[in-house]
Order: sequence, then structure tokens, then C-alpha cells
Amino acid sequence: MAQPNSSTGPMTGADILVEALLREGVEVIFAYPGGASMPIHQSLTRYKDKLRTVLPRIEQGGGFAAEGYARVTGKAGVCLATSGPGATNFTTCLADAKMDSLPMVAITGQVPTKVIGTDAFQETPMVGISQQITKHQYLIQRTEDIARVIKEAFYIAQSGRPGPVLVDIPKNIQQNSIVPDWNSSMNLPGYRPDKKISDAELDKALEMIRSARRPIIYAGGGITSSGAWDELRAFAEKSRIPVAMTLQGLGTFPADHYLSLHMLGMHGTVYSNYAINEADLLLAWGVRFDDRVTGKVEAFAEHGKIIHIDIDPSELNKNKKADLPIESDIRYAIGQINRRLDEKPLTSDYTSWHRQIDQWRHDEPLKFDAVPSKIIPQQAISRLWEKVRERGWLDRTIVTTGVGQHQMWAAQYFRFNDPRMWVTSGGLGSMGFGLPSAMGAQLAYPNRLVIDIDGDGSFLMNVQELACVKTENLPVKVLLLNNQHLGMVMQWEDRFHGGNRAHTYLGLGDDKPPYPDFVTICKGFGIASKQISADSDLDAALDEMLDSDGAYVLDILVPHQEHVLPMIPSGMTVRDMIKA
Amino acid sequence: MRHLLSALVQNQPGVLAQVAGMLASRGFNIDSLAVGETEQAELSRMTFVVRGDDRVLEQVRKQLEKVVTVVRVHDISSEAFVERDLMLVRVECPQERRAELKDLVDIFRAKIVDVSRSALMIELSGTEDKVQAFVDVLRPYGIMELARTGRIALVRSSSPDRSERQSVAS
Repeated sequence: MAQPNSSTGPMTGADILVEALLREGVEVIFAYPGGASMPIHQSLTRYKDKLRTVLPRIEQGGGFAAEGYARVTGKAGVCLATSGPGATNFTTCLADAKMDSLPMVAITGQVPTKVIGTDAFQETPMVGISQQITKHQYLIQRTEDIARVIKEAFYIAQSGRPGPVLVDIPKNIQQNSIVPDWNSSMNLPGYRPDKKISDAELDKALEMIRSARRPIIYAGGGITSSGAWDELRAFAEKSRIPVAMTLQGLGTFPADHYLSLHMLGMHGTVYSNYAINEADLLLAWGVRFDDRVTGKVEAFAEHGKIIHIDIDPSELNKNKKADLPIESDIRYAIGQINRRLDEKPLTSDYTSWHRQIDQWRHDEPLKFDAVPSKIIPQQAISRLWEKVRERGWLDRTIVTTGVGQHQMWAAQYFRFNDPRMWVTSGGLGSMGFGLPSAMGAQLAYPNRLVIDIDGDGSFLMNVQELACVKTENLPVKVLLLNNQHLGMVMQWEDRFHGGNRAHTYLGLGDDKPPYPDFVTICKGFGIASKQISADSDLDAALDEMLDSDGAYVLDILVPHQEHVLPMIPSGMTVRDMIKA
Repeated sequence: MRHLLSALVQNQPGVLAQVAGMLASRGFNIDSLAVGETEQAELSRMTFVVRGDDRVLEQVRKQLEKVVTVVRVHDISSEAFVERDLMLVRVECPQERRAELKDLVDIFRAKIVDVSRSALMIELSGTEDKVQAFVDVLRPYGIMELARTGRIALVRSSSPDRSERQSVAS
């Protein structure tokens, strides 16, 4: 089929849309067709040499895949669905991308303009539905607006604090033909994403940094979003100030660095939480003082002053009052602080502070006790990490997860040295995220190793995407930690509800084999898989998975009695930390 | 505490729903919200009365500014301003009480805009306090229907002394 001529002559709205995507540098789109988006799919076939269309097996899979793509590349992930149920299947993805500040452009077909508002077949008001779970949303009312709206959508999604943008396009708008105006300018008078730290703020920040004796950096997803990892590392090494990371900050500072305190918060390390609590200055950079980080927010970092820098002004003083709140792109801000330190180096002596932290780290490291002959989840992840490191693959291994215990163990025991290698649903905590987000990451980087570390509950939520993995020939690996339970809820039952199991058991009964049979499921999808349960089989099975050319699911039966530790219970303080 | 915020927004479908939805979903308390056109066709002005302390006000302002179609947000109550609330009220008025009510209308500089055998419709604009005072005065006569726009406001051009100018306004 001939490609439409994009420079002259009339084009359909669908062709204009696809052409506009190409102009934004889109390489892959996750798209599930339906009545109201068919013209766009027809157009996609005409552009197939330039733009890869991937068919997920539910729209949510496509949305999560777009998020995976966005997290590892920093570019907007793009997904497409039809109107009605197709579009509503995007809602969890939109909310997820909003919470974790991932750039995404979600396009939905809509019923023709003349029947909007009549409860037409597969009509849902997507703009209304998505208003509070997107950064911005559009209902395109004229074919003439497509080129401008797509330009705006990508700009909004990718600038400032990144986020998802929804573009709803009625079918007749896709079908109309017009001569597109590619030069129409954006109309965003209220959108000013560029924020930069001022000289006066720099003066004040430097003064506070220079007078601190026990400072600590609390680094979050903003470091990832703004690409500030080099600046962060330069600052930490110049200043010798230790770095604690949030779940979304992992990888922005090397885990194997002496100054890394690893993760803080509910399931963070004992030593990072102690250090935060004892610090006299908290450099809160690209963070939002999430309740899973702070616990009881009044008691969080209560002994220190706070310099909070974020590109989103609404995060400043939202959950926690800062002594110095600064609206700024974090990469620019740290760069400026580094420049000041180059001009006048820091003379502070943190020897006793480092010694104190070393003591905490030595006394209470992250640890687990092996269970004879069994494989426990922490051990499986640790061993996987060791194997990847031994092979020299750490700098090209991406890990995605579902949500729950396995996710926290992956955060604790897969130690990331590089940014954009860790893809997890943090803010929204969407189960079922692991496999589809791994697809998106793999499509972005076909030559990297992409491993979904998943739980049996989460994996089952989007298990149908194995079909997409197979048909798209994606060599995604799944390390499935199968404990037959919804482990994190089970853990809370054990700790706070006397161990009463309230619908957290997923199997058929203790006297029956584990359920479902994932190896048989994988067989049906044509995906290689193996089930193991003995620790003696772990190494060989991990090697087999890592050596496999195609997709592979390693189903590891693990005991369900393990708890994610340490744990600061929700709304409590570092003094309430559960360590055993 | 109550604050008066004024927001210039792009005059586009869905902006009101977006702003109202944001306020509701974040649990902010809004006493009134008035929307209308401005001197620029592409912009509308929304005026809010927000209840809360300074921290709530700061969040409302920042969250409003985050909405892409919101162009500018102004905390009017921190400056000298003129505010008005417009009310239409239908009050029971048998013929023998018409003179009495007409006196009240004159005292408040209100206007009778509709008359029937048993009722009057009265228009009044003014500060919220003035409108409220008029409502209180009318209540014993029997208020049948009432509609108010909510507060709208603009900052004064020059404000040498805020309290003085405000007293002139009221």
C-alpha cells in the first residue's frame, strides 16, 4: 500500500495523527483496535515501516507497556484504544503514570461527534473520566486541531514534571480529510514548566549545606525524570554526603557506592531510616514525601532542617513543611550547587557522621535467613542479581515488577547501579504491572536483558500478555515467586489481624498441587517455562533462564511465611520499626 | 479563614469541570465559585471563595496553577479589591406590605425587577455582607426563591491604604 503523501494535498485525520506521531519521534505504539479507532489502525498499516504497532491482549497491558517504555527511555510511551471499554481499560494506566510521573500519550477513539452525549454504543466520556488522573486531556473537535493537539500532548507529557496526556478523537474526525497545517503553534498560555533555582535560593541552600554536620540526601524519582544522576553523583562525591533513595529513585545513585544508604521508608534499610532520623539537614531532591517514605509525617526527619527542591511547586509544603522550598528542575539545581562547590569547596568534616552510619550499616544490614532445602524469595532475587553481575550484565539488565512482597524484595536485593533500569509501579501500586511493562522496556531496548520479577497474584492479572510476548517475539524473562498467596496483604494479616486469612490464599488447598499450573499455562502460550522448588535447583534454573534466547518463565515455588523486613508500619515512626 | 482567589482560565470546553473536579477530589472546601467572560475572548475568569488556613490556600493556588488550562491565579484577598455578589430574590408581598418593602429596597439600594399581586422580585448587588444583611431583613416577609452568583472581584488599580479603600467600597 502506498504511503500517504505527507507534504501536500489532503490527508485523513487518522493519517495526520500517525504522521504527527512520527514527527514526535514515536517508534512504537501499543494499540488494541475497535470500532471507534479502526481508521487509525488502517493508517498504522500504511506507516508500518516507520512505526511498529504492537498488539497487547488487553488495553491495560498496552498502557502498562507504554509506561515501561517511558520509564526506560524517558520518552513518552504511546498507546491507543477504542472508545468505551477499550478507553476505560486505560484508566489504571493513566492513574499509574500520573502517580509515578511517567510521560505517556494515550489516544482513544470516540464515537462520532454528532452522537456524543447520546449514550451511543461504546461511548464513555473519557475526558471527564480522566480529568483527575492525567496531567492534561483533550477531546479533539476538528480535524484541523489534530496536528497542534498532538504537538501539545507530547510537550506537556514530556516537560516539567512528566505525566500522562489523554487525547480522545471522535471517529468522524479521524475520517475527515483536510490539508494539515504542521506549523500551527501551540496554545498553552498557562503552562510554564521551566523552573530554575534563583541565585538567592542558591545562596541560602549553600549556607545551609555548609553549616550542616549530619546532612543526608533523600533522592527520588525526580532525579530519574530530569536525568540528574550525574549531577547527583558529582554532588555526593564532592560533598561526601550520603544518599538514601526512594523506590523510584533506585538506580540514580550506584547501589555499590560507599555513600549509598539504599532505600529509605517503610521497607527501606534500617541504616537509611536511622540516618534520616538523626540528620540535621535533609536534602529532599525530586521527592514528594510520600506516606510510604515518611510514615508519621510529623516525626519524619524531625531533627533536621529540610531543603526541598522539586519542579512541581504543589509538592513543596504539601505533605511536609520545608525550611527552604525551591521550585526548580532538579538537574539544573544540583548543577548550580556543584558549580558553587567548585568555586568554594565544602570544608565540613563528616567523619563522625560517616562512622555512625557505618556502625548502623554494620549492625543491621539487610538480611534474610535461608530455609533448608527451600528457596525463599529474597534468596532467589539475590542469586539472580549475583548471576547477572557475574556475567557482567548489570549495566544492561532492566528489572520490572508487579506489586507486593516480591516488589519490595526486588527493590531491596536487586542492587541497581544505573538509572532507568528499574520499572515498578510505586505511587499507585498497580498489580499486573510487571509483564506488560517488561514488554515496553524490551521493545525500547531489544538487546537488553529484561526480567519481570513477579508474584503469582500480580502475574496472573495480566498473564494474557504472554500472547503478545510470543507473537512479538520479545525475549522477556519472568522470575515468578509463587507463594500461592497475596503476600503483602497476608503479611499485614499476620502482623495486624492475628493471621486471619481474608481472601489472600490463591491455591486449591494444601493437599493439592500449586494452582494455577503456570507451566501448563506457558505451554498454551508457547512460552518456555520450568517450575522448581528446591534450593539445589536454583542456580541451574537461573542459568537456563538467563541463557535462553526467547521468553522464559521460571516458576519458583516459595514458602509463604516470609515477611518483608524491616518494616515501619503505616503511619508510624522509625522507633516503631519491625526488624524480625 | 476564607480567601478570595481569582483565576484566569482558557475559555475552552471542560475547564470548569476540570477545576471543580480538582477542588473536589482534593477535598478543598469552596464556598462559592463564579465564572464568566473577561475582556479577552479566549479567557474566562473564575472567582473562588476558599475556606482553610494559609497552607490550604497555598495548596489550592498551586493545584489550580497546575491545571494546564489555568493561565494565572491571583490571591485577591491579600490585596485591596472590590468585590460584588449579585442576588435575585422573590419575596412574599401582599399589597399592604409593598410600601414597607419598597423602603427596605431603597435603604439597601436594591431594585424591584418584577411585581405580582402577592410577590416581588428584587435585585441586589454588593459585598457578600451587604447581600447577607438584606437576606436577613427579608426573611420575616417570606423568601420564596433566591439565586446568587457568588462573589466576583477585581483588584484595585492603586491601593495606598487598603483598609481605607475597602471601607469606601462597602
